Amino acid sequence: MKTVFQPTAGMTPVDTSYCSGCSHGIAHRIIMECLEERGQLGKAIGVVPIGCSINAHHFMNVDMCESTHGRAPAIASGIRRVHSDLSKPIFTYQGDGDLASIGTAEIVHAAHRGEKFTTFFINNAIYGMTGGQMAPTTLIGQRATTCVDGRTVEQAGLPLRMCEMLSTIDCAVYVERVMLNNPANVRKAKKAVHTALDIQQAGLGFTFVEFLSACPTNWGLSPVDALKWLETSMAEYYPVGNFKKPEGY
Amino acid sequence: MSKVLMKGNEAFGEAAIRAGCNCYFGYPITPQNEIPEYMSHELPKAGGKFLQAESELAAVSMAYGAAASGGRAFISTSSPGLSLMQEGLGFICSAEVPLVALNVSRGGPGVGGIQPGQADYIQVTRGGYNGDAKIPVFAPAGIQECVDLIYEAFEIADKYRNPVLIFADGMMGQMMEPVELPEKREIVPAEKISELKPWAITGKDNHPGRNVIYSLRMEPNVLEEHVEHLFEKYAEAERELVRYKTQGLEDAEIVFVAFGTMSRLCAEAIELLEEQGIKAGMIRPISLWPFPKKAFDEIGPKTKLVISTELSMGQMIDDIRLAVMNRWPVGLINRTGGIVPSSLEIVERAKKLLEGVK
Repeated sequence: MKTVFQPTAGMTPVDTSYCSGCSHGIAHRIIMECLEERGQLGKAIGVVPIGCSINAHHFMNVDMCESTHGRAPAIASGIRRVHSDLSKPIFTYQGDGDLASIGTAEIVHAAHRGEKFTTFFINNAIYGMTGGQMAPTTLIGQRATTCVDGRTVEQAGLPLRMCEMLSTIDCAVYVERVMLNNPANVRKAKKAVHTALDIQQAGLGFTFVEFLSACPTNWGLSPVDALKWLETSMAEYYPVGNFKKPEGY
Repeated sequence: MSKVLMKGNEAFGEAAIRAGCNCYFGYPITPQNEIPEYMSHELPKAGGKFLQAESELAAVSMAYGAAASGGRAFISTSSPGLSLMQEGLGFICSAEVPLVALNVSRGGPGVGGIQPGQADYIQVTRGGYNGDAKIPVFAPAGIQECVDLIYEAFEIADKYRNPVLIFADGMMGQMMEPVELPEKREIVPAEKISELKPWAITGKDNHPGRNVIYSLRMEPNVLEEHVEHLFEKYAEAERELVRYKTQGLEDAEIVFVAFGTMSRLCAEAIELLEEQGIKAGMIRPISLWPFPKKAFDEIGPKTKLVISTELSMGQMIDDIRLAVMNRWPVGLINRTGGIVPSSLEIVERAKKLLEGVK
């Protein structure tokens, strides 16, 4: 019989711990599919954050380590100092509380140094693991357990746009925002992952892919409604697209 | 081997290089700045990588990443910087990754000052990190001893898969002494790491199975089991790593307990006291954790007083009291804030304390 589909060897054969409608599963899968297609599952080293996706090392079938909260880019910088062979892909996988709040110094300076690793940034505009608190990326008016009437500018300022900020840094050479809301956009996201890994391997500088992602549980929406909210509210404030890429990519 | 005259901080960097360190991460803080400066130009020549971190939080995290992937990592800082590194140090204990850290300590609390201090004693021996973890701590009394301890610390860290801390006060970083440098160990090339460290995250192609280095254990019984495993290692460390020196305990009326710079001043004070007909001796802990409790069993029958001498308000004195177990009264001679007392001051204060117990 002809095999028409098989799961990527980049994912371990266990159920994930993520909620229904959560985007982590899709993001994990496309990153691992890319590494498999590149023949790099045996070479890759990944760093997982603090947050729901600390569990990613149970599901991503590559060598990995956990990180202290927000420090994944510093940890990956250390790994790259020992493993300078660029055919070994190094990546961090970080949520928005981890990357855009407690880890802003580490991500900015890793970008600034043009570190030769890729950061996959999962932006779902809320703290997931701790139960739905306001994140730096929480939208104005969005409800969270630390702003039950919705975030206000007066109280918490405006949400932080990481792609826009990082793309001002010269050594961050590839910065792209994608959205995990439908098959066409998932395919675009996968293409962005490949491009980031190509550029990392070419040693051109720091590469960053932001995934606009759904968190139905903490948004208080059904998985279907969460995707709608992603397409409308999230994509409106966080425009999808490429912010920066080297010539020829 | 011939001796060379070196500034402490530079000799400490050279000791790490000679130990086969292949990556150093640091952030500027006085009085240890010569270490990152030295490493920035000397480590690359030896085939290693230097990286100036954006903070001490980042420096210890970089070192964790490097060491988790099999590198021989070295970090240095001074007291307030060590506070920032606690997050990483506790995590690294939990994740069981080897690392050598050097604290060239200064006065505190807070930003404190930049002159020598030993007021990080409780922080380094009890851990400023959360949770049940221990870090072996060695306190050298001179540049040569510090060089030798740094060199050896890498082996200890690898053996126990745990950080090892060298606690050298600021005086040692800033002074110059003749030093004999140890033989250069070769840096392990990246492709050889998995042979020596099969647990390291080097990419699955390099070792059987898949390596994951982690700290999170959500199941209480699993976490308890892990902590018990760590404490089996610490029990071995308590058996194997106790280091101390003693001087003249047999007939001493006064026994000073001092480490680092203070032990050198006490050695002078002992000579001065002898000139005045007072016999004094010394216990010099080299390992601060594990604390050399058994050294106190060597104290002779003539001793009337044990004196903790410290560059702090009295922190080691708690460990001394636990070791003394009410066998002798315990006094304190101390200065803090970055002030180092003269040996004469120690003599005068020791005589007063002795009068008080006679």
